[in-house]
Amino acid sequence: MPDQIPFVDYLVLGDQPHLVANECTSCGAHFFDRRNACASCFATEFKKVDVPTEGEVRAFTIVSMAAPGIPVPFVSATIDCQGTSVRANVINVDATPDAITLGMKVRLATYVVGSDAAGVDAIGFGFEPAA
Amino acid sequence: MASDDVWILGIKMTKFGKHPDKDVIDLAAEATMAALADGGVTMKDVQIMGFGNLMGLTAGQSLQKQVGQTGIPVYNVSNACATGATALRVAYMAIKAGEVDCGLAVGVEKLAGAGLLAGGSRGADKDTWTPSGRLGAVAPIDGRIGTETMPGVFAQIGMEYGHKYGGTSFELFAKISEKNHAHSTLNPLAAYSKRFTLEQIMGDIMISYPNTRPMCSANCDGAAAAVLVSDAKLKTLSKEQQRRAVKVSASILTTDPWEEACQVLPNVNTLTRNAAKQAYEKAGIGPEDLDLVELHDCFATAELVHYDNLMLCEQGGAADFFNSGATWRDGKTPVNVSGGLESKGHPIAATGIANVWEIAHQLRGEAGDRQIEGAKVGLAHVIGLGSACGIHVLEKSGL
Repeated sequence: MPDQIPFVDYLVLGDQPHLVANECTSCGAHFFDRRNACASCFATEFKKVDVPTEGEVRAFTIVSMAAPGIPVPFVSATIDCQGTSVRANVINVDATPDAITLGMKVRLATYVVGSDAAGVDAIGFGFEPAA
Repeated sequence: MASDDVWILGIKMTKFGKHPDKDVIDLAAEATMAALADGGVTMKDVQIMGFGNLMGLTAGQSLQKQVGQTGIPVYNVSNACATGATALRVAYMAIKAGEVDCGLAVGVEKLAGAGLLAGGSRGADKDTWTPSGRLGAVAPIDGRIGTETMPGVFAQIGMEYGHKYGGTSFELFAKISEKNHAHSTLNPLAAYSKRFTLEQIMGDIMISYPNTRPMCSANCDGAAAAVLVSDAKLKTLSKEQQRRAVKVSASILTTDPWEEACQVLPNVNTLTRNAAKQAYEKAGIGPEDLDLVELHDCFATAELVHYDNLMLCEQGGAADFFNSGATWRDGKTPVNVSGGLESKGHPIAATGIANVWEIAHQLRGEAGDRQIEGAKVGLAHVIGLGSACGIHVLEKSGL
């Protein structure tokens, strides 16, 4: 029995956790979810590619009102990982407007989201300041 | 008048706000009967109905049972916050296609007290982590992998604009909200018509930085309805009906074309810009010709980007454009003189017809205290995430 499971299937755990995207073999578009055909060029062949673990914050918000069970405040952001856009929380940082800046350098980090009834930890990802 | 023009003959919105004593159909019926009376026609004249009730999933057939069952086709439409504009466009297209000469569009919602609205992946965690869905997620991702809350998504959209072009700040976004709340004091049909100071707006409850509570659209109840007719039908009606008719110079609906980043953060910009370009071309009208604009300020952060998307300003110049005072009601291009979604309210499916009502009301010169003097041309814009963008360009009758 594994004692860890990635929160989403595009997060690869191990010594160097990273994200993988489905890359359209025809036009190179990246998707994190399963696709029937490419939304850009309609081709149907995809291959898995690693997404760079470093990037910069292109947009963020500090969420103060969220679904029940989600701790607030937290930082939600769009990260530009060298050409691939990633949606994630910014973690290991104060959730205040002074602590986050547009364009700040960040890197992928993992954390335990929680444990299920069998004691398996779900491992999530976020991005933390790279400085 | 050209022979294939389509006209708004009658149009009404209910008061937006809390209507605990009325159900969805009461509100829809109130708007429908008022729009028919406004146009001087009855259900006997109507040959097609476009109907939208996004959250309640009520069908137009239920409305027919209360206002007149004549056997005409109903198209029940669902297109997120563009639902009302889509219903309107159904009636427009049927007339344009020559199939009918009179159509009705209705949008209605009961949302008072609905609370925080968010995208798809809400729910409780299960006892055992089990990957499911297209992301293979073991639990709802909202809040774990970014936010799906509407205030949060649109906050990021405004921040992204600031990152690209500069000039934005918490205070700037709050000032946009200050303008719309100030405008709302002149609108008796707005859900909220209270003026706020900038300090009050910035000091209110933070929902999702930089959007505080008054910078978010107000969930409320309301309905709006419009009766559209062909040019040929209008010519058979009275001079007074022809004088009050408002021309639909463009009716456009777009979705978002594929772009790299739109898979992660909805891109509300490209589809709005595409719709605006098509609308201006079809109407033969440029953004400089607009006497007023009602645009989709679901959040203060959204209004800013749409100044640019609708080409009311130079690309990248939205902050300067706002700071010039252009979008206040006494400015060069008044925006959201109704108070906008932040104060008039946002009963989702009604919004895309209610904003057309505001423009039509102004073009007819019937807007009373909030009349924009001499208004001849206006534009109404909505966007629903997913995404769908509806734009209607409207012109005053030449009579």
